Amino acid sequence: MLGRRQLREKWFLLAPAMAVLALITLMPLANTFWLSFTDTRISALPTPTHFIGLENYIYALTDPDFQDALFRTLYFTVVSVGLEGVIGVAIAVLLNQQFKGRTLLRALIILPWAVPTIVNAVAWRLIYHPDYGALNSMLYQLGFISDYRSWIGDPMTAMHMVILADMWKNFPLVAYVALAALQTVPGDLLKAAAVEGASPWKRFWSITLPWIAGPLMVVMVLRTIEAFRVFDIVYVMTGGGPADSTKTASFYVYQEYFNYLRSGSGASYAVLVAGISAVMILGYYAAARRQSQGGAA
Amino acid sequence: MRRSLLQSVLLYACVVLVALFTAGPLLWLVTMSISAPTDLTEVPLRWIPSEVDFSRYQTLLDLNDGSGERFLSALRNSILTAGGATLLALLLAVPAAYSFSRRNASMVLLFAFLATIMMPPITYILPLYSTFSSLGMLNKTLTLIVVYTAMLLPFATWLMKSNIDVLPIEVEQAAFMEGASTAYTIREVVLPLALPAIAATAMLSFLVAWDEFFYALIFTNDLSAKTLPVAIADFSAGRVTDYGVIATVGVMATLPPAILAICFQKFIVSGLVAGSVKG
Repeated sequence: MLGRRQLREKWFLLAPAMAVLALITLMPLANTFWLSFTDTRISALPTPTHFIGLENYIYALTDPDFQDALFRTLYFTVVSVGLEGVIGVAIAVLLNQQFKGRTLLRALIILPWAVPTIVNAVAWRLIYHPDYGALNSMLYQLGFISDYRSWIGDPMTAMHMVILADMWKNFPLVAYVALAALQTVPGDLLKAAAVEGASPWKRFWSITLPWIAGPLMVVMVLRTIEAFRVFDIVYVMTGGGPADSTKTASFYVYQEYFNYLRSGSGASYAVLVAGISAVMILGYYAAARRQSQGGAA
Repeated sequence: MRRSLLQSVLLYACVVLVALFTAGPLLWLVTMSISAPTDLTEVPLRWIPSEVDFSRYQTLLDLNDGSGERFLSALRNSILTAGGATLLALLLAVPAAYSFSRRNASMVLLFAFLATIMMPPITYILPLYSTFSSLGMLNKTLTLIVVYTAMLLPFATWLMKSNIDVLPIEVEQAAFMEGASTAYTIREVVLPLALPAIAATAMLSFLVAWDEFFYALIFTNDLSAKTLPVAIADFSAGRVTDYGVIATVGVMATLPPAILAICFQKFIVSGLVAGSVKG
């Protein structure tokens, strides 16, 4: 047990960190919550602010554009993280084999992760360029398309193009976590299953995948939380367009704040987004706790 | 296990595919940055440059050139912001981590720390913006450093805590027996032992700050504080006639993190894996 001096020290050592977090996160969070019940607007002149109860929330919850933005964000999150999971595990399985150049390929995989988010967005925007983009040129020269397309100028394809770009940057994290977990799968178990005649496919589904499921789950929930707040890549690649087809929840709040200058109403959207994030964060802790109690990591 | 010829061919086909998928977009970015402007507007594209042209790199590193000035000041701001925030975050994270590890501070509190960075920044942005605006602190590197410190702090604390956990406690106890203060013990006993962990934490923190866009977009508006991500977004949104310039800025902004990531791969990967899996 801690002595009195140590107890005092416990808080003394924590105090600076807690003060910074309180100032930069806790207070703004509380302030956003308060704003969401008011009709505050951003303006150069001081304008009177009124408490208007749940009015913003009633509006927000019945706002079809916001619902669309939420569904779009959900779609982006599920597809992007789902693909990262599948591709990440597939690449991890590959990297876990013996082959020439394995060390090099393992090192190569870190590069997309190291590319800054904004550079990634800009690079893919160039690749998708309707007239001079590499994607059009490549597909045309390979004979897959006969005419150049406006990949991010078309509401039907824009979101999928953003997802592809986001997935390219973020699959390495999942791949590395899956690889680390794969290396703990006992070889004896796999050998025994092989001797008993289980096919590689069956061995993967009934031994390997369950073995790595814990850590994989944790990293996928973490990626879900990150993907849900997507803003940067959308801002640079499409600006939310075309025809709002890539306008995500964070982007919606951003516009409500900084384009329409409605901070009260924007805050109510922000609180709703935060609420959904909070549920996911609790999910992350549940997954992480089960993982650390389960032992293998 | 032995592989048949077919299996080997399939395996190496997959290897090539993954390598192309991973490196392709980056190789193309580099190629664009050294292609002649006319090569980049051919239809269909000329994949291999007709001549190698490094002039864009020269331009961007020239302070007397308009885009060079924009790039170099953004580079300076990014280094100052990410470096300053990393330093401050570590300074606050080490004592906090020690408290979590050796003074029994509640894990619930550590989870609360981590929850603050998992929330979307959109929940904090407006009150921060109003406060900084009324204090006259918008468009300042210092403001970004403070915000980034809060952003890096939880993860740094957590990473340092799990590293202090595994240090032998006997050495510290011996120091306390000799009458050393806690501050002295952290500085002289814990820090030297935790040096590799501090280096890994510093690197990951720096990379996170280097990558940050949203706060920088809202809080800065000219050369004096804009960081690289914001400058790159500007370059890309502007009326640029030569796409190679955008590619060049992208390559230059990627170089520092890419070099760090390649050189310290083991460090970074183990930090990442631990950071995303353990709760």
